[in-house]
Amino acid sequence: MIVAEQKSLAEIDQLVRNAKKLLIVGCRECVTVCMAGGEKEVGILASALRLKWENEGHKTEIVTAMLQRQCEPEYVAELEKQLDGVDCILSTACGVGVQYVAEKYPIWTVPALNTKFAGGALEQGVWTEKCGLCGECVLHLTGGICPIIRCSKSLLNGPCGGSHDGKCEVSAETDCAWALIYDRLKKMDRLDLMLELQPVKDWAKSRDGGPRKVVREDVRL
Amino acid sequence: MNEEKRTGAGGAPPDAAAPPANAAAPTGSAPAANAAPAPRPIGATDPVEGFEPKIIAFCCYYCAYSAADLAGSMRLQYPANVRLIELPCSGKTDPKLLLEAFENGADGVYVAGCMEGDCHFLKGNFRAKKRVHAVKKILDDVGIGAARIEMFNLSGSQGPRFAAIAREMTERIKNLGPSPINVRRGTIHRAPTVEAAAAGQGGEHK
Amino acid sequence: MSVAEPKAPVAEKASGAAAPKEGAPKKAESPFRTDSKLERLFAQGEFVVTAEIGPPKSASSKGIRENAKILKDATDGQNLTDNQTAIVRLSSIAAAVHVLAEGGNPVMQMTVRDRNRIALQSDLLGAYSLGIRNTLCLSGDHQSFGNHPTSKNVYDIDSIQLLQTVKGLRDDKKFLCGEDCKINPKFYIGAAANPFGDPFEFRVLRLEKKIKAGADFIQTQAIFDLERFERFMAMARERGLHKKVNIMAGIIPVKSAKAMEYMKTVPGMIVPDEMIARIKGAADQASAGVDLAVEMIQRMRQIEGVRGVHLMAVGWEEKVPEIVEKAGLLPRPKVKE
Repeated sequence: MIVAEQKSLAEIDQLVRNAKKLLIVGCRECVTVCMAGGEKEVGILASALRLKWENEGHKTEIVTAMLQRQCEPEYVAELEKQLDGVDCILSTACGVGVQYVAEKYPIWTVPALNTKFAGGALEQGVWTEKCGLCGECVLHLTGGICPIIRCSKSLLNGPCGGSHDGKCEVSAETDCAWALIYDRLKKMDRLDLMLELQPVKDWAKSRDGGPRKVVREDVRL
Repeated sequence: MNEEKRTGAGGAPPDAAAPPANAAAPTGSAPAANAAPAPRPIGATDPVEGFEPKIIAFCCYYCAYSAADLAGSMRLQYPANVRLIELPCSGKTDPKLLLEAFENGADGVYVAGCMEGDCHFLKGNFRAKKRVHAVKKILDDVGIGAARIEMFNLSGSQGPRFAAIAREMTERIKNLGPSPINVRRGTIHRAPTVEAAAAGQGGEHK
Repeated sequence: MSVAEPKAPVAEKASGAAAPKEGAPKKAESPFRTDSKLERLFAQGEFVVTAEIGPPKSASSKGIRENAKILKDATDGQNLTDNQTAIVRLSSIAAAVHVLAEGGNPVMQMTVRDRNRIALQSDLLGAYSLGIRNTLCLSGDHQSFGNHPTSKNVYDIDSIQLLQTVKGLRDDKKFLCGEDCKINPKFYIGAAANPFGDPFEFRVLRLEKKIKAGADFIQTQAIFDLERFERFMAMARERGLHKKVNIMAGIIPVKSAKAMEYMKTVPGMIVPDEMIARIKGAADQASAGVDLAVEMIQRMRQIEGVRGVHLMAVGWEEKVPEIVEKAGLLPRPKVKE
C-alpha cells in the first residue's frame, strides 16, 4: 500500500488558514490502513484545527467528509453534494488522491499528508518501504528482497563495503538489503544468482522515462 | 495573518504577562530566579475570581469507576468539578473524544486506568497512556496546553486515591485558569453565587 | 589490442609520466593493455606503492601540487579521491591533472554516487584526453555522511557496472549503450575491496565479481585486523584470484590513538583494541603510528598474493616518503624499456 504521514499541524494551519469554509476529506483505502488519513485522523485533525482557531480567535468553518477511494473519479464525484460554500479542500489522501480531487473541482485543494512510499507494516504503528516501483521487477534475482529501494545505493551487485554486521552504512537501524539477500540466497542454495554480474538497469522503465502509464486494451470500455 | 490577538486567551508560550504564582521564591536564592520568572505553561490563562473548572474523567470500569463507587461509600469528599464517563477499559480511550471534550468546554480532562500490568484486557492502559501523550502534543500545538490532560493509574480498591486524583487535577486546572476556549467564548465556569443558588440557577453557561 | 594512442598532451608535457609512449609503436602487439605505469610495474614484478591525496574543499591547487611533489618519487601512483565521504571537494579529474603537471602518476577515483552513466562516460573520455591513465571505480560513501545530506544520489549504475563500462570502452571500444567509441580511453582499471565488510564469506566472491567485471588492480580498505585480512587472502588464493588481479593492501598511517578510535566507528572498518592500546601507550603517538605503518607494510610483503600497498595518509602526506623509506621500498623502481 501507499504509506503516508500527516504534515505538522502548524504547516496544515498555514496551508488552509485563509479559507472561509474548509472541507477535510479522508480516504478509506491505504491512508486509513496506515492511520494517516482515515476517518479517525480526519476527526482528530478537524477537532485540533477547530480548537486552535477558536483559541486564536480565527474564524474558518470546518466540515468533514469521507470517500471510499480518492484515486478514482467515480468516488471523487460523490463529494459534489458536500461542497456548498466550500472554498478550500484539505485532502488526507495520498498524493494521488489529492490530485484527483484537485482535478475534479475548481476549488483550492491542498494535501494534509506527506506521501512517503510503497510499503507495509512491520508492526502496529511501524511501516517500512518495500518496493521501489522501478517498473522492472528483479525480486526473482534477489530472493524476494528489493535492492532498488531497500539498498541505500540501489546496487544491483551488492553489498558495498559499508555493510557491517548486517546493517547499512547509512544507519545502524537499517538492515543491509544485500546482507539479507545473501542470507536468503544462501539458505535457498541459490548463491549462484549473486555471483552473476547483473547488467545496468533500464531506468527508462522507471520514473526516469517520464510519467508512466499502463494500458490494458482488453479491459477498456 | 496568524498574529491574531492572543492576549489573555493564552496560546503564545513566551507570554510576557506571567502570573505572580512563583513570587514567593526563597529569599537570597540565585538572582537568576528573579530575573527570569518561570515561563507560563502553554494554555495557562489569567486567574478568574470564583473559577470552578469543569473536568471530564474517562474512567475504566474495572478500576477508577469502581474506586469512585468505593470513595462514595467511604463518604470521601472529592471536588464536584469532576464529571465521570465510564469506559469498558481505558484502552477504549479515543483521542478524538478527548479533544471533543475540550471543544465542548472542558477545562481539563483525564483518563484513569488500572495499575500498569493489571489491565483486565492486558494492555489497554498502556495504549491509553500513549494516546493521552499524543493528545498532549496536539493540545500544546493548538494552544490549550498539555498540562490540561493527564493519565492516571489506580486500582478498584483505591477509593482514597481516586479522591486524591480528583483533588490533584482540580487543583492543577485551577492554577492554569479556565480553558482558553472558555475564555474566548465567555463561558468561564464559576461557582454559583449565593443569589444564583438561591434562585436555583447554576453559574455555568454550559 | 592497444597500439598506444599518442594523444596525451598533458602527460607528454609532464616530465615524470613514465608511460613509454615512444617505445610501444615499434611492436604492433604490445603486451600491455594501457599506457599505465602501474601496469608495467606490476608486470615487472615490483611491489607497487600508491598513496592517496585528498583534494581540498576549495578552488586551490596548492595543496595538491605540494603533495604531488612530496609523493611523486616516493610512490608509483597517487590516488585522487572523488568527493570522499560525500563532502564537496575539488574534482578528482582536476586534481589528477595537477598531479600530472607535477610529474606524478594519478589514479583518478570515480564514484557512481554523483554521476549517471552519461556523465561517467563523458568524464572518462575527458580524463583520458587530459592524460590520466588510471582509475579506481567505487560506489562512494552515501551522501548522508557528507556536507550535503539533503542531496539526491544517482546510483544509475553500481561500481561493478562502472568497471564493466571502463573495460568495455577500453577493450571493446564500445560505450555502455553499445555504440562504438572510435578513439577510446584505455584506463588501467582499479577497484576497491573491503575484507572487513560483511558478509565476510561473500567478500572474496565479490572480489571475483570485480575481476570478472574488469578490475586490473585492487586497493583494499585500510587494514588493521591482520588476522582477518590473512583469512581473506587465503580464500582469494584458494580461488586463484591473486593471479588474476594485482591486490594492493590498504594502509592508513595513524597519527594518534584517538584517530584509531574514530576509525573503529566507521562502518566497514575493524580496528583491534590491542592496536589502539599500543599507540595509546606510546610516548610519541605519531612516531609510533609511523612505526606501525612500516611494520604493516613489512607484514603485507610476506603475504602471498599481495602485490603492493596503498597508503592513505590524508592530511599527513608528508610522512609517506619516510614510511616508504623505513619499509625499505626506496628508491622506487623505474619502468624498464
